[in-house]
Amino acid sequence: MSPEEGNGKLDKHDFVVRFAGEGGQGLVTSADALARAAAHAGYFIQTHSTYPSQIIGGPASSQVRISTTPVLSSGDGVDVLVALNQHAYDNHFEDLNGGGVTVYNAEEYDLPEGGHYFGIKADELAKSTGNARAANMVTIGAVATLIDFDLQEIDEFIRQRFTRGRPGDDEIIIANIEAVRLGADVARTSGFTVGQLESPVPHEGGQVILTGNAAISIGAMAAGLEFYAGYPISPATTILIWMEQNLWGEGRFVHQVSSEIEAINAIIGAGFAGKKAMTATAGPGFSLMSEGLGLAWMAEIPLVVTNVQRGGPATGLPTKSEQSDLYTCMHPAHGDIRMPVLAPGSVEECFYAGALATNWAERYQGPVILVTEFGLAERGENIKKPDLAEISTESRAQVSEGDTGKRYDSWDGTTPLPGMPVPGGPGAYVANGSEHDEIGDTTHLPRHHVRLMERRFKKLDLLDGAHYEIENADADVIIMPWGSSKGPAREAYDRLRERGEDVGWLFSVALHPLPGEVKDVLKSADKIIVPELNYLGQWSALLRQEGYRAESITQYTGLPFKPSDLVRRISERIGVGVTA
Amino acid sequence: MSKRNLEYDFAWCPGCGDFGVRRALQVALEKFSVEHEEPQSKNVVVAGIGCSGNMVHLVEGDQPFGIHGIHGRTLPIAFGVKMGRPDLNTVVVAGDGDFLAIGAEHIAPAANRNVDITAVIMDNGVYGLTKGQSSPTTEFGAVTPSTPHGKIESALSPLKYYMSIGVTYIASYYSSKPRQLAVIIQEAMNHRGFSIVHVQSPCTTYNDTYDLLKGKPKEGIAGLAFEIPEDHDPTSAQAAVDLLDRPGIPLGVVFRHEGPSMQDRHEGLQAQAPVRSNQEILDSYLLQV
Repeated sequence: MSPEEGNGKLDKHDFVVRFAGEGGQGLVTSADALARAAAHAGYFIQTHSTYPSQIIGGPASSQVRISTTPVLSSGDGVDVLVALNQHAYDNHFEDLNGGGVTVYNAEEYDLPEGGHYFGIKADELAKSTGNARAANMVTIGAVATLIDFDLQEIDEFIRQRFTRGRPGDDEIIIANIEAVRLGADVARTSGFTVGQLESPVPHEGGQVILTGNAAISIGAMAAGLEFYAGYPISPATTILIWMEQNLWGEGRFVHQVSSEIEAINAIIGAGFAGKKAMTATAGPGFSLMSEGLGLAWMAEIPLVVTNVQRGGPATGLPTKSEQSDLYTCMHPAHGDIRMPVLAPGSVEECFYAGALATNWAERYQGPVILVTEFGLAERGENIKKPDLAEISTESRAQVSEGDTGKRYDSWDGTTPLPGMPVPGGPGAYVANGSEHDEIGDTTHLPRHHVRLMERRFKKLDLLDGAHYEIENADADVIIMPWGSSKGPAREAYDRLRERGEDVGWLFSVALHPLPGEVKDVLKSADKIIVPELNYLGQWSALLRQEGYRAESITQYTGLPFKPSDLVRRISERIGVGVTA
Repeated sequence: MSKRNLEYDFAWCPGCGDFGVRRALQVALEKFSVEHEEPQSKNVVVAGIGCSGNMVHLVEGDQPFGIHGIHGRTLPIAFGVKMGRPDLNTVVVAGDGDFLAIGAEHIAPAANRNVDITAVIMDNGVYGLTKGQSSPTTEFGAVTPSTPHGKIESALSPLKYYMSIGVTYIASYYSSKPRQLAVIIQEAMNHRGFSIVHVQSPCTTYNDTYDLLKGKPKEGIAGLAFEIPEDHDPTSAQAAVDLLDRPGIPLGVVFRHEGPSMQDRHEGLQAQAPVRSNQEILDSYLLQV
């Protein structure tokens, strides 16, 4: 990467600060503190962490990108690296942008003189404040000084965090503020700076900081979720934890069950019984849910399965980014099945997709797949606080006493989908995974298989209302990422447009069924480039299957795309100069 | 679930034990509904895959709701029904293959939870629908199409297994006396917690055990089945264990323990769990100013 790229345009309004070391060293806490202070000051932030799949220790990092404009991705490189051990420095210094500075832990190791770095003894300085636990704040003080971030904002953050109504609050606050100043002094003395952060544009209205997993959970609750069963698995566990904390109250139930097989079947039972039900899992658990999803499709049971992707196959890469479950989300079970699939591309979209998935399940009386990915699930972003009053809550059509229709009547889409009987009410039937007649009795007569196959697929036509974006649709080349690759792809698209390239933009949260307008663009496009984090190029293959002229740019490193890499690779594909 | 559905693609063999169990379940559901002054539609029958699973379609008269799901997953589905809608009487019907082989992993969690479900298990010691393969309760050494040189596994003792994992209501019966079986099933439905009624339900085609169970009194041959003595105390775990050490198939209630069900425990937690509105939850993520 050229110094111009790293420090030319970005250093005024956009910085990446990364804390690298070992798990358990407070890396996430440090990044989170800086992120919250920055968001509080009016900036946009996005955090991103990497860590090994173990309880304590192992190489880990946590970073925050701070910007005056909404943050789309974790960025290209790092402006300030805090390296708590030699290993962390060795592994991360190559990610530094030109002009970037490393703050190293001088209590742990030393670096030869003359480099773009300086050492800091955070523990020693923290002790001098009388509060040994303030070492993180020493480091944050140094970092803030390097990016010229207003220290008073950090003071304010400290006051809020440590005002807890306890006797020692004041002492802790004073010590932490002192720690920030000591760190700032070290940075100032070093003479290094990485630039000056522009003043933020104040946010309009309330802001919330959410992770993708929390956003999905709140969205589903807003649409009336009542039942959750789940099994711990990275990176979906935080949804289970969230539900265990929040899904209480009359008519609600949440439980950690004994396997993903139990989870899917429990929500089938709950969905059948009239409840809005969801589970969340990752690849291995999703594989175990395969047969149950087939039953839900066949018997037409409303439910939502969230698949927070990680690297696969098998145990794969439990705490890394990959988008390699798309085939299996579309076709999770044997037989003729194609699931509705929603793939949000940002934390804000996770919120609305959580609500829409719940509504879709009720609307078409069947299972819905909501697919995200490690990086999106765990990153924090500040977004405009959603207005809950704007969220519609749909409930499955009811059956009234005297209705002559049967549960599994034929349906051709020309009338509203008939109601779904609920136990205790009229219209008793058998929800049957075998092919069946109108009331759910098993029959393998051709006419029933034909009419119900058509009913099951026809119902998909009911599913609309998901967010999509179309720009410059008549361009020669359309860039169409899916899911969490949206952010880096959008940054790449913006840079290509600024450069005057004739590229278009297409993004759809709904991957199946696709909105009509999105299909129209796909039909007319000569070349659709799909950046996606998998080996097979799964989304472009599915698009080609529909006759669209799509090709992928793939990456399977376990890490998200860097916008600069995408600029280079898209440029190569469209045969223009590759300077980003 | 209709009385006679000409298009229905399934029929039990003549003499199948499941006919008797069906009659018993039907009577028990009717009487339970009358007893609790609830409509039949408040009953949900969750069936597994196999001959016994078809029972859900063959219940006559005023209809309960039914789920004919996938192999081995009756308990998880019933768990979702019951905890989603505690007002529903939730009954599992499954065979020994469905419940004790592919579905075995779900029995202990159901027992730990003491979830208020009644499981009526039809044990014929064979996979009938797939034509006669060995099941967990097939005797050691038995020759079947899948064990042509003799079964290499020991036979499972289901009742001992249920006792060992803490099922709070365990009854054992056979299919030949539907009226008496109905009384037990109804009692099991009234038990607040996880109840299993394990029924010997012979397969006349592949494993006809009628004579073995009942014996041949005229020829002086005693059957395996024996009435549980009247002085048996089903509330005593020790008495239940002793009873199960006796050879043969006991007929009656083996064990019964009154205690809080999962629903009771959940209501207890519900009373203490802080309930926040969606708006309060969302607002807790607000950036403080």
